[in-house]
Amino acid sequence: MAAASIQVSETPLVLYTLRRADDALILGHRLSEWCGHAPMLEEDMALANIGLDLLGQARELYSYAAKVEGNCNDEDKFASLRDVRQYRNLLLVERPNGDFAQTMARQFFYAAFADLYWRAMMASRDTTLAAIAAKSEKESAYHLRHCSEWMVRLGDGTDESHRRAQSAVDDLWAYTGEMFQADDSERGLIEAGIAVDTAGLRPRWLQTVTSVLSEATLTLPNNDWMQQGGRFGRHSEHLGHLLAELQSMQRTFPGATW
Amino acid sequence: MQSDADLRQRAWDAAAQVVDPEIPVLTIADLGVLRDVTVRNGCVEVAITPTYSGCPAMNMIALEIELALAREGIADRKVHTVLSPAWTTDWLSEDGRRKLRDYGIVPPRAGSGRRALFGEVMVPCPQCESGDTELLSEFGSTSCKALWRCKSCREPFDYFKCH
Repeated sequence: MAAASIQVSETPLVLYTLRRADDALILGHRLSEWCGHAPMLEEDMALANIGLDLLGQARELYSYAAKVEGNCNDEDKFASLRDVRQYRNLLLVERPNGDFAQTMARQFFYAAFADLYWRAMMASRDTTLAAIAAKSEKESAYHLRHCSEWMVRLGDGTDESHRRAQSAVDDLWAYTGEMFQADDSERGLIEAGIAVDTAGLRPRWLQTVTSVLSEATLTLPNNDWMQQGGRFGRHSEHLGHLLAELQSMQRTFPGATW
Repeated sequence: MQSDADLRQRAWDAAAQVVDPEIPVLTIADLGVLRDVTVRNGCVEVAITPTYSGCPAMNMIALEIELALAREGIADRKVHTVLSPAWTTDWLSEDGRRKLRDYGIVPPRAGSGRRALFGEVMVPCPQCESGDTELLSEFGSTSCKALWRCKSCREPFDYFKCH
């Protein structure tokens, strides 16, 4: 019999932590899908490495969410026993891998954000989140450098790589707005000095993005309309498929360990 | 009856022998992963800190510490992880750096600030010491290493990344 989903008491801090944990888990899982399929061996290892960093960040965040929530949930239950609508990640990170340019553009938009976000979170009044941030910011810096180089290589490469990179930027652009939004539950944490007001990070994010893309001879779309919903559990059809794979073992054999 | 101080010392010595499963020439004491050993009401508590967020060696290290303490006859024991302050490659001991070099892995540059993170312009070859080397991949065989190649002796080698 398949394992049932857990209930989560989403107080503002639990919700906030789960949102960031879900970003890291889902993006890390997407990268793991490249394992054995990347264009070359070095890149296969790089994507797996970045995915592993994200998985590690997710584990720390889930464990902290479990501690704050104080029920009997834990990192594994959060990852394996919540349904699509209970997931709180950005729509950006659940976008399918597509071709290599799509994967790199998705990673680039996110890493440019994560780099700023974790650095700012090191000053959080929440000591655990600040400690997780101190680790994650160094990792994010490596990730950002890696995918920035790829954006330039692809954009300023052949006609074909340029066309694909531009189309990836165009396709994913509408999913970048969610990173800079906060709802009422987050605003309380921002006022308490626990969370970072990400809206304030956007000008610097845009600066990084524009400068790398201009070196890559790529342009940002003029369209400012942004997609949203992931933070509230309204996801694209892609997340359900991803979770079916990610959760199949625990759903089929509840509590299995190895 | 032994004192808490003796027990603590025995536990520290046992835990300090545990090696990193990925780089078996380094002990967790060399790495700076072993943070603290305390004795509270007869219970030995060992605090370790993770290196890289996703480093799969941490579970193995915690298990190895348990086993090392058990071999010392310490039954009442706990291993827990502390996140703050965050581990940095600057905690790698001088001895650890020398062991890494002898093992063929170039130790990280000191000063793990963002400048060091992004300023790895010259990493000398651990084989022939030539400075004529190139970065092959930022992400190597484990989370902590990058893959380089020496252009003089043509040997590939690992570089322990700044963190």
